[in-house]
Amino acid sequence: MTCEHPDAKAPAPVAWRSRGPRQRSWRTLRVRTSAALTGAVVLAVLLVPPLVQLDQQAVDLAAKLRPPSWAHPFGTDDVGRDLLLRCVHGLRVSLFIGVAAALVAAVVGTAVGALAGALGGWVDRVAMRVVDALASVPHLLLGVFVVALFRPGVWPVLLSIAATHWLSTARIVRAEVLSLRGRPFVDAAVSGGASRWRIAVRHLVPAVLPQAGLAAVLSVPHAMWHESALSFLGLGLPAHMASLGNLVEGARGSLLAGQWWPTLFPGLFLIVPTLAVAGLAGAWRDRIDPRRRSELML
Amino acid sequence: MRDAPAPTAQDRGTAPAPTVLELRGITAGYERHRPVVRDASLTLSAGEAVGLLGPSGCGKSTLARVAALLHRPSAGHLLLDGTPVTRWRHRAPRAQRTAFGVVLQQPRLAADPRLTLTDLIAEPLRATGRRAEVPARLAELTPLVGLTPDLLTRRPHEVSDGQLQRACLARALVLRPRILVCDEMTAMLDASTTAALVTAVEAYRAETGAALLAVGHDAVLLDRWCDRVLPWKAIAGAA
Repeated sequence: MTCEHPDAKAPAPVAWRSRGPRQRSWRTLRVRTSAALTGAVVLAVLLVPPLVQLDQQAVDLAAKLRPPSWAHPFGTDDVGRDLLLRCVHGLRVSLFIGVAAALVAAVVGTAVGALAGALGGWVDRVAMRVVDALASVPHLLLGVFVVALFRPGVWPVLLSIAATHWLSTARIVRAEVLSLRGRPFVDAAVSGGASRWRIAVRHLVPAVLPQAGLAAVLSVPHAMWHESALSFLGLGLPAHMASLGNLVEGARGSLLAGQWWPTLFPGLFLIVPTLAVAGLAGAWRDRIDPRRRSELML
Repeated sequence: MRDAPAPTAQDRGTAPAPTVLELRGITAGYERHRPVVRDASLTLSAGEAVGLLGPSGCGKSTLARVAALLHRPSAGHLLLDGTPVTRWRHRAPRAQRTAFGVVLQQPRLAADPRLTLTDLIAEPLRATGRRAEVPARLAELTPLVGLTPDLLTRRPHEVSDGQLQRACLARALVLRPRILVCDEMTAMLDASTTAALVTAVEAYRAETGAALLAVGHDAVLLDRWCDRVLPWKAIAGAA
């Protein structure tokens, strides 16, 4: 594949030199590691539960709180359930809630931001004051309030996360739309007879989709942490349902007794996928806006 | 302060063509109490080519935007075919907005970077629900403005400024406007592209009898191109 280019010895263009090969290889490594980890996590949560016919709820009191061994690589919890299986099932629930909530939040945020930016005037003022008001309340508190309105379950948690995470997307999208709205190509579209709706759908929203998509991906880890926090507080999913927050919460007592594995492994299952997704989002952001320094943003 | 009727005095007098566009005492700007254009008046008869000559930053582009219903003036009247216009931009009825074909100074900013040149030119037809006319109009317009078929599948960043401005001119002509507003259309282009674009505009006008408001700072070009050239001082009040 490698053929000798005639000007192979020519100095590299300045734009590349300023980055430096070391930084680039670190970046590539980060992207590849993040992609591999995210892929592994997605495959595990999609394939393990249907393929591995083991009951994650199977209680074995004779084998409770066993440390990691070949039979139970992550050990067992206080009623003898296999922690590896519980972690995979918990990750499945947390990841589903994270992705679904981020999607809902992105759609709502994009719609509100685009409407506010495109229509302007009182619609913009009202929408942005609502965003300011909601953003002024700590969103975990707001999330707890939403969850408290319903019975425990997946949907209230999803609603609580989606309802508190669309604000930043709405702000980003509105700012982008406002800057695009004054561009001459919008003037040309107005003069060409386009309606407001047509301009929004054809010119404005496609232009902000990369930013909105990035905001959505960045909010996946955030939403997973939010779900875990709600479950840890006992306000999220029902206690019997494996979610990473529930697993950590259930293991608190044994941690004090010196059994570290029921806390450590669910914790790692929370940290590693969120870092992997954030790493991918960071790479995406670099592609959209190379000027900005990429840093992990959680 | 106000010398509004001045331009009409310059009319040729013989067999007066109907006035298609009349601006009376237009004051417009972007910040309240700081107008860019003060008390400007201008008339455009059917089929007439009027050049508006002024130095950079004098407000002629703003006046062109007001004339094309793209910017709401803070004072003054605009009459289109004798009918007062009361709404601007999206609020203006579509028939009024599309009576104008607008070509702007910078084609890079005037083109949505996501659309291919075909989509760019066809967009006004699609936006006004005349999708069926797209192939026929493209076949008519692309030779007129001098675009070759291989350029039509490219996006704005893949063509030169001159080629993109040709596409922008085609887009302005696609709905068969009655009034063309060319705001410094050729300011960024070389002489041969300038000549080609002006020729295309004149060919369109010869065919349809459209009026032209050409805004620019190139006195030689406007003199050659237009029936009459108005210096900015003659139409606008003192700042």
